[in-house]
Amino acid sequence: MNALLSIHNLRVHFGKGDRVVRAVDDVSLEVGDGETVGVVGESGSGKSTLGRSIVGLVPVTSGTIKFRGADITTLSARHRRPLTADIQMVFQDPFSSLNPSRTIAQTLAEPFLAHGRSDRTHRREMAVDMLNRVELTADALDKYPAQFSGGQRQRIAIARALMLSPRLVICDEPVSALDLSIQAQILNLFADLRDDLGIAYLFIAHDLAVVRHLAQRTVVMYRGQIMESGPAADVNDSPRHPYTQSLHAAAPVPDPIMQRTRREARIGSASTTVDLTSPSVGCPFASRCPSAFDRCRLERPPTVQIAPRHHAACFLVQPAAPGATDDNNTDLPTIQHAQPRRSP
Amino acid sequence: MGLIRRPAAAISILWIGLVTLAAIWPSLLTNADPNNQDLANILQGPSWSHVLGTTTLGEDVYARIVYGARPMAVAIVFALSIALVLGTIGGVVAGYLGGAVDGFLIRAADVLFAIPGLLILLVVYSVFPYNISAGMATFGVILSAGLLRIVRSVTLGVREEPYVDAAVVSGLSRSQIMTRHVFPRIRPVLFVQAALIAAIVIVVDSGLAFLGFGPRPPQPSWGGLVAEARGAIFRQSWLLIPSGAAIALTVLALSLIGDALRDQNTAAWAPSKLTRQRQKPTTHVPALRPEAIDAVLDDDASALLSVTNLAIAFGDAADQLEVVSDVTFSVRPGEVVGLVGESGCGKSVTAASVLGMTPGTGRVVRGSCVFEGREMLTATAGDWAAIRGRRIGFVSQEPMVSLDPTYRVGHQLREAVRRHQKCSRRAASDRVIELLESVQLPDPVAVAKRYPHQLSGGMAQRVAIALALAGDPILLIADEPTTALDVTVQAEILDLLRRLRAERQMAVLIITHDWGVAADLCDRVVVMYAGEVVEAADIHALIAQPLHPYSVGLLDSHPERSPADERLVAIPGNVPHPAHWPTGCRFEPRCPRSIERCSLNPVAEVHIGPDRRVRCIRACDGGAPR
Amino acid sequence: MLRLIGRRLTFAIPMLFIVSFLSFFLVSLSPTDPARVILGPYASQEAVEAKQLELHLDDSIFGQYWRWLQGALHGDLGRSIVGGGDVTTQLNARLGATLSLVLVSLGVVAVLGVGLGIVSAVRGGVIGRTADAISVAGFALPAFWIALLLTSFFSVRLGWFPVAGYSTIDQGVRDWGRSLALPAFAASLAGVAVVSKQTRASMLEALSRDYVRVMEANGFSRRSIVYRHALRNATIPVVTVMGVFTVSLLGSAVVIENLFAYPGIGSLAASAAAQHDLPLIQGAVIYFTLIVIFVGLLLDISYSLIDPRVRVH
Repeated sequence: MNALLSIHNLRVHFGKGDRVVRAVDDVSLEVGDGETVGVVGESGSGKSTLGRSIVGLVPVTSGTIKFRGADITTLSARHRRPLTADIQMVFQDPFSSLNPSRTIAQTLAEPFLAHGRSDRTHRREMAVDMLNRVELTADALDKYPAQFSGGQRQRIAIARALMLSPRLVICDEPVSALDLSIQAQILNLFADLRDDLGIAYLFIAHDLAVVRHLAQRTVVMYRGQIMESGPAADVNDSPRHPYTQSLHAAAPVPDPIMQRTRREARIGSASTTVDLTSPSVGCPFASRCPSAFDRCRLERPPTVQIAPRHHAACFLVQPAAPGATDDNNTDLPTIQHAQPRRSP
Repeated sequence: MGLIRRPAAAISILWIGLVTLAAIWPSLLTNADPNNQDLANILQGPSWSHVLGTTTLGEDVYARIVYGARPMAVAIVFALSIALVLGTIGGVVAGYLGGAVDGFLIRAADVLFAIPGLLILLVVYSVFPYNISAGMATFGVILSAGLLRIVRSVTLGVREEPYVDAAVVSGLSRSQIMTRHVFPRIRPVLFVQAALIAAIVIVVDSGLAFLGFGPRPPQPSWGGLVAEARGAIFRQSWLLIPSGAAIALTVLALSLIGDALRDQNTAAWAPSKLTRQRQKPTTHVPALRPEAIDAVLDDDASALLSVTNLAIAFGDAADQLEVVSDVTFSVRPGEVVGLVGESGCGKSVTAASVLGMTPGTGRVVRGSCVFEGREMLTATAGDWAAIRGRRIGFVSQEPMVSLDPTYRVGHQLREAVRRHQKCSRRAASDRVIELLESVQLPDPVAVAKRYPHQLSGGMAQRVAIALALAGDPILLIADEPTTALDVTVQAEILDLLRRLRAERQMAVLIITHDWGVAADLCDRVVVMYAGEVVEAADIHALIAQPLHPYSVGLLDSHPERSPADERLVAIPGNVPHPAHWPTGCRFEPRCPRSIERCSLNPVAEVHIGPDRRVRCIRACDGGAPR
Repeated sequence: MLRLIGRRLTFAIPMLFIVSFLSFFLVSLSPTDPARVILGPYASQEAVEAKQLELHLDDSIFGQYWRWLQGALHGDLGRSIVGGGDVTTQLNARLGATLSLVLVSLGVVAVLGVGLGIVSAVRGGVIGRTADAISVAGFALPAFWIALLLTSFFSVRLGWFPVAGYSTIDQGVRDWGRSLALPAFAASLAGVAVVSKQTRASMLEALSRDYVRVMEANGFSRRSIVYRHALRNATIPVVTVMGVFTVSLLGSAVVIENLFAYPGIGSLAASAAAQHDLPLIQGAVIYFTLIVIFVGLLLDISYSLIDPRVRVH
C-alpha cells in the first residue's frame, strides 16, 4: 500500500553550534489514504514544527517527506503551488487565522486565487456549499471574523482548508483554543467530513483523549523524537512508554474517584521541576523518567516493536516475541509504575 | 474619513488646506506683492493696510507669509515622495524577505537614522548653494530610514500572523500576499507617517532658512522671516509673532492630523474587548436592595465567603450591559470550591469582583459579597488593603506575565512579605526561601535570584503561588491556574494546591473550564452559564448525577466519556452574548429537554437537597436523561 | 554589559566610516576649486596648479579619502580654508560647550518628559489634560522660535539671562547654568513633548498588564505598583525614544547655537557652511557623529540597567 504521506528520518533544526534547537529529531511516520494519524505531545515536543514542515512553512534540515510517492521535501514555493490543492492546514488560534479586515467571502476565495480556478459566481457557490458543510449559513459570507464566536471561526477555517478538496489536512491543535462543548462539535465535524470526503488527517494535539476519538493511530512525541506510536486505543488505554504513561496519568478526567486512583499512581512518576535542558545524547526523557538508568542517558533507545503496528523507543520495553500476532499480547510484561529511583 | 468628526483634526485639515492653497495659488489669498518694498513704513505693527505689519524693508508681512508657502510646499513634496517611496519599498522588502537582505537594509537604515538631517543638509547647501532639490532629495533619503524601520516592523508583524501562514499554505504567491495582507496594513501607517514627516521637513527647512540657507533672496520664506525678526529684536518685537506662528500652526496642524489618524488606526485594528482602563481602587457603593437577599442562601452561617445574588454590569448608566445577573455560592473554611463554566459565562468577572477588582467599566449592581462576616461591596480602600494578600490571595492564569519581568523573583517575593508583615530585610529573605520551599521548588536560593524569563512555566506558576501565599491568606482565589501549562505540569500544580490547602487549612476558590481539574481538586462545584449559576453541588454528587441539562451535556461531551468509535455527545449551538440573553431560561435554545414553559419566564434556583441547587424546571421531572 | 558596549562599538565604527565618506563624497561634488578659494581670485595659474598638487586634488576620490582618513586617525582633520587654522583644534575648543548643551537638554527631557508623562497617565482631569496639551505644543513649536520668544522676554526685557554667549563651568557654575538655561530649555522642548507622550502611552500599557492586576489583588501598595513596577517597565521604550530624539536635538542645536551666539560646534558648522569651508564642516560632521555615538552608549547602559532581559540571557 502506497502511503499518502510518508516521512523518513526528518530533522528540523534551528540555530547552530551550541545553541541548536532540535525541534524535530529523526522522525519517521506514515499516513495512509483516508487515515487519521494523531500526533500528541506537550509544548516543545516538535509536533507543530512537524506539521509546518510538511506544508513548507518551515525549512527541513534533513530527511525526506514524500506525498503520493513524490519527494516534496525541498520544493520551492513555486513548485509547491500545485501541492497546495492536495495538502492543507487548519491552525490553532481561530482568532488570528482569519484576517480581521477581510470578509469571509474574501478569505474563502483565497485558495482559488492561487490556482486561478473558476470565476466569481462559481467561487461563491462553492463557498456557500462549503459553509453549509461546516454547518454555517450563506449569510456569513459578507460578515467579518469579529462577528463570529471562536467555534464558528474555526468552522470557517476548516471550510477554507477544504475548498480545493485536499487529500490530506494537517490539523495543528484545532480544538485547543475552544470551549469543551464547542470542542465536541468540532471534533464531530472533523469526523463527519472525513467520512463524507475521505480526507486523511494528521491531527496534532496535546490531549491523548481527544486524539483517541478521531485517530486510528497515535504518535507520541517528546522533545522532537517519537516515544511511542501505535493504534490509538492501545496507546491511550495501555501505554507502554514511560512518557506516555505519565501523560496518561496526568490528564485529569471528570471523575473524582478515578482521579484519586490516578493520583496515587502518579506518585513516583516524572517530575517536572528538574532541569529541562535537552540532552544531545541519550533518551530525551531520561532526566525526568522514574525508571531511567545509566544506559538511558548515554544512548538513544532504538524503536522497538511491541506488536505488529505498535512501537516504543525505550530500553525497558521488550520486543514482541517472534511469531506473536495479536496486538494485545498479555504475555509480555507491561511497564507498571516502577519504583522511583529518586524521591519526587 | 471619520477624521472630520474630531474638531481638532477638522480645524487642522482646514488650516492645511489654506496653506496648500497659498502654495498653489497665492494671488487668491492676497493682492499685495510680497516684494513690494515701502521703505517709509518699515517694521510696522498690524494695521488696516497691512494686516500683519511690515518687514524691515517695508514689505507686507501677510503677503510674504502667503508667498512663502510655496517653497515650503515644494520642499515637502520633494522630500516626502522620496522618503515614502524608498521607505515603503525598503521596509516591505526587508520585513518580508528577511535574511541577508533584511540584515543589510536594517543596518543601512540604522546608520542613516543616526545622522542629524539638518547637519547633512548644511553640507549639501554649502556645496550646492540654494539648490533646494539637491537638499530635499538628500533629506528624503535620510527620512526614508525612519520610515523603513516602521514599515519593516509592521510587515514583520503581519508576516507572523497565522492568516498569512494560511495564505501561504493556500498557495498564494508572495506578491499576492503582499497585496492582500501586507499593504492594507501598511497604508494607514503611511498616512500617519506622511503627516509627521511633513512636520519634520517644515521644522528643518525653516531652521535652515533661518540660518540663511533658504530660498535665494528676495524670495520670501518663513524661516527667513524669523531671521529678519531676530535681527530687529531690539527695535520691534511684533514681527516675531506672525513669522513663527505660521510655522508653529502648520506643524501643529500636521501633528494633530497624524495623531487623529493614528487613533483611528488603533481603533480599527484592535479587537473589540472590554478595555481595561486605569486601575483605581474601587470604592464602590452599590445599590443594595434588601429584598434581593431573600435569595436562596447556601445554608451556612459559618461560610468564609458568601456571595449572594451578585450581578455585574459594564458600561455607564445610560448604556449598561449585564454580564452576570444572579450568582450565589459560598466557600467554607478549608474547602475547595470550583467555579466551572465555559468562556463568556462570567466566572472570571465574578472572581474579580470578590476582590473588588472588576475590570474596566464594570461594577456590581446588585447582590452582596460577605467575607469573614463583612460586606465587601461597601469596603473602603483601607479595608481592601487589610484583605488583599493578607486574607485573600490571588493566582492568575499566565504565570509568565503574572510577575514583573524587570525584577528578580526573590525581590518581588520579599516586597510581598514585607508588605504584609513588618520585618527586617534579613527576616524577609528567610521567609522568601521558606515560601519557595513550600511550593516545592528545588534549590529555592538559586530560584530567588532569577528573573521570571529564566523560569519555565511550571516554576513560574509555583512562584506566583508563593507570592499569593506571602501574607498567609485564608482563602486563595485561583483563576484558571493551570490552563496555560502542560498537562504533566498541571498535575503537579494541582497536587501542590491540594497539599497547601491541607497544610494551611486554606480555602480555595478555583475558576476553571476543565471538569477534570474540578474533579481532581474540588469539594464542591458551582456551574455557571450565561451569567448565572445553573447548578451547585458536591463534586461526587454532581458527577454521579448531574441535574441541569447543561451540566449533563458538558460532562457527556468530554472525550473520555464516549467510546472511541462513536460520535461525541455535543451540545448544539453557541453560548449567547449577554446582549442577547433569552428572557426565559438562557439555556433553552440548546436544551434537549426544553418545553414551552422554559422560554416564558426567568428560572429561579431551587434547593434540591442539602448543599444542592439547580436552576431548571425540569430537573426533578423523572430524573435527568443519563 | 561589556557585550553591550562591544555591540555599540561595532555599530559605531562602520557608521563613522560611512558618515565621513558620505560627507567627503558630497564635498567632492563641489564645483568650486579649493585651491583657487585658498589662493584668491588673483593667483596665477601656476600657483593654482601647484596648490592643487599640494592638496593632492589630482588623486581619485578614494585616494583623497584615504589620505584624509589617515590624517583623521591621527587626529588631524586638515586645515580650515578660511583663516587656515587647524580644524581639530578649533573643534576641540568648542566641544565642551556643545556637549554641555546636549547633556543638559537630555537631562531636562528625561526629568520633565517622564514627569509629565507619569502625571498625564496616572491623573486624569485638568492636570492630565494640561500635561497632554504641553506634549502636543512642545512638539509643534519650533525650537528656534521659542528660543527667540524667550530671549525677547526673559533676556531683553527682564535681563534674567544673557542674550548670548556661554561661560564654562570653571568660571562658576551659576554663570554656566544661566548661559545654558534658555538654549537648553528651547532645545529640549520637542524632546519633552515626545518623551512625555511615549511615557504616558507606555505607562498606560504597563498598567494594563497582568502583573499589575496580580499585584493589586495580592495587596501590593498602589504607589509601589505604579512607581516601582509599572514605571520601570514603561521606561524601556522611553529610552529608545530618547535615542531618536538625540539625533534631531543635534540638528536643532545647530540653529540654537547660532541664535544665541553660543560658541559650540553647531554654530561653527553653520558659519563654515555659509563660507563654504568644507574641511571645517566635514570635521564638524565627524564630531557630531561622535557625540551621537557617545549618547547612544549612555542610553545603552541605561537600557541594560533597567531591563534585565537585555543583560541576562
